[in-house]
Amino acid sequence: MAEVLDNVPEHCPGTTSEQAGKSSTCQGCPNQTLCASGATKAPDPAIAEIGAKLSSVKHKILVLSGKGGVGKSTFSAHLAHALAGDSTKEIALLDIDICGPSIPRIMGLEGEQVNTLHIVHQSGSGWSPVYVEDNLAVMSIGFLLSSPDDAVIWRGPKKNGMIKQFLRDVDWGELDYLIVDTPPGTSDEHLSIVQYLGSTHVDGAVIITTPQEVSLQDVRKEIRFCQKVKLPIIGVVENMSGFVCPKCKNTSQIFPPSSGGAEKMCADLNLPLLGKVPLDPRIARSCDEGKSFLSEVPDSPAAKVYQKIVQSIQDYCSNSATQQQDITTRQE
Amino acid sequence: MSVQNLEENNGDGNLSQVRHVVLILSGKGGVGKSTITTQLALALTHAGNKVGILDTDLCGPSIPRMLSVGRPDVHQCDSGWVPVYTDSRKNLALMSIGFLLADPDEAVVWRGPKKTALIGQFVSDVAWGELDVLLVDTPPGTSDEHLAILENLKKHRVDGAVLVTTPQAVSTGDVRREITFCKKTGVRVLGVIENMSGFVCPHCSECSNIFSKGGGEELAKLTGSVFLGCVPLDPQLSSSIEEGKDFAELFPDSTTFSAISSISHTILNSLQTT
Repeated sequence: MAEVLDNVPEHCPGTTSEQAGKSSTCQGCPNQTLCASGATKAPDPAIAEIGAKLSSVKHKILVLSGKGGVGKSTFSAHLAHALAGDSTKEIALLDIDICGPSIPRIMGLEGEQVNTLHIVHQSGSGWSPVYVEDNLAVMSIGFLLSSPDDAVIWRGPKKNGMIKQFLRDVDWGELDYLIVDTPPGTSDEHLSIVQYLGSTHVDGAVIITTPQEVSLQDVRKEIRFCQKVKLPIIGVVENMSGFVCPKCKNTSQIFPPSSGGAEKMCADLNLPLLGKVPLDPRIARSCDEGKSFLSEVPDSPAAKVYQKIVQSIQDYCSNSATQQQDITTRQE
Repeated sequence: MSVQNLEENNGDGNLSQVRHVVLILSGKGGVGKSTITTQLALALTHAGNKVGILDTDLCGPSIPRMLSVGRPDVHQCDSGWVPVYTDSRKNLALMSIGFLLADPDEAVVWRGPKKTALIGQFVSDVAWGELDVLLVDTPPGTSDEHLAILENLKKHRVDGAVLVTTPQAVSTGDVRREITFCKKTGVRVLGVIENMSGFVCPHCSECSNIFSKGGGEELAKLTGSVFLGCVPLDPQLSSSIEEGKDFAELFPDSTTFSAISSISHTILNSLQTT
């Protein structure tokens, strides 16, 4: 999985790799004997446990982007709100951005942070998530922090442990959709979520980008990551796509699509473009206030694009479910 | 973490001729850390300083594109890797992981320990030579990269950190945590910059606060930090960044440039007075 590049120092070969415990860099590592024994190459038993736990979850969607601040959390939150609009469906939103959890605020749950110990309590089958609505559950590390000043200064392994707990120990119950919001990049959190969900069926990833090349160049890396770990891509959303002045109604390209934007990237890489969401000050305001932009201003152009995107994702998931069934039937 | 103990090591090496080291931090991604880093660097070089940029965002290096240096080969000399100079007078030096990747679309799928190792090299093995200021651009968060940067830089010296945020509460909330990180690790906060602060419509001059307004200043007050100033959303800045052009040279009279330039003066003053 890890890339080996020229000019770059060889470090840990990875605990699950062939060289584990045997390479020259392993000399002197306290874990060398453990790695060399082969014990670390066995699959983590948690993966099977997570598989069993999440077998009652129909659809799993990851929201990804190589770039930070492009609107992953905003999108995840609104996707959750939109799906939860159908009261017959059970939706959950999991925030695995351990160092910068934004979901509690966007979902209007930040004020409750002080009482986190009461909210996230241990129930019979695990941690109970926080409910925004009867059919919309949320889990984030933000609920475990006692003050908004608290920094989570954790290295990779500790973050991975938290993600494992979120998947295995949270009492998710029967769900139609589990949406996973991720931090930017292609590192520990991303590898872990894909690995831990390895024994379950993940419908796919929604990739978020902004129109500029500076953002797209990171997003291409994320797409490459998806291909490497064999994660299907549901499609790409271009966020912050143009700004319509509320006074004169003229459009400005604040983040110019100088290399053709997401449209060109999708055409080049043969990926579906799910939609382009314009910049709208009311989106940022709704997020700050913890309200759903879709119910605050349902008639705005941005809300309409959102609804269309959510529809395509739902269609994709029901198709992917049918296909999955076909495969299982054929195997039987 | 024992960063204090490391200070006693005298392995200054390649950083011995670097006068000031400033980290550009933000808990939040996409708030403009790299943009602010490049613009501060350009403003400082235009004011006659020798500046270096160390791009430590391993998973998403943006600076090479923003400075339009492409993907040159990085050469080795006796004292380490030679940084890439963006100008003929060698006033702006840059080192980024972007230079080491064979394919620009390739994902750097690395877990923490590997990132920590490379950052250790980056920090100690680049032959910066004489610099007035070294700006260290960081990825979002408070994790492996940040700890590695501090552990390695503390051997030399870190003058402080500049925190970048956008005005909305969703962003200042994350940056507040980053300030706690600075306090815990003993890094002085030089100040807070509010980026993407308001957008003036080029057609009718109406100012829209797309990402709200005033959050950066409020955060500075709340945490007892210096507020360095606001940088507005400016399509001319975004396109300069996209094309890797020198915004300071193209639009020296713009309000955006005067904001950046005044922030760079404040930072420089605060570095020189301590």
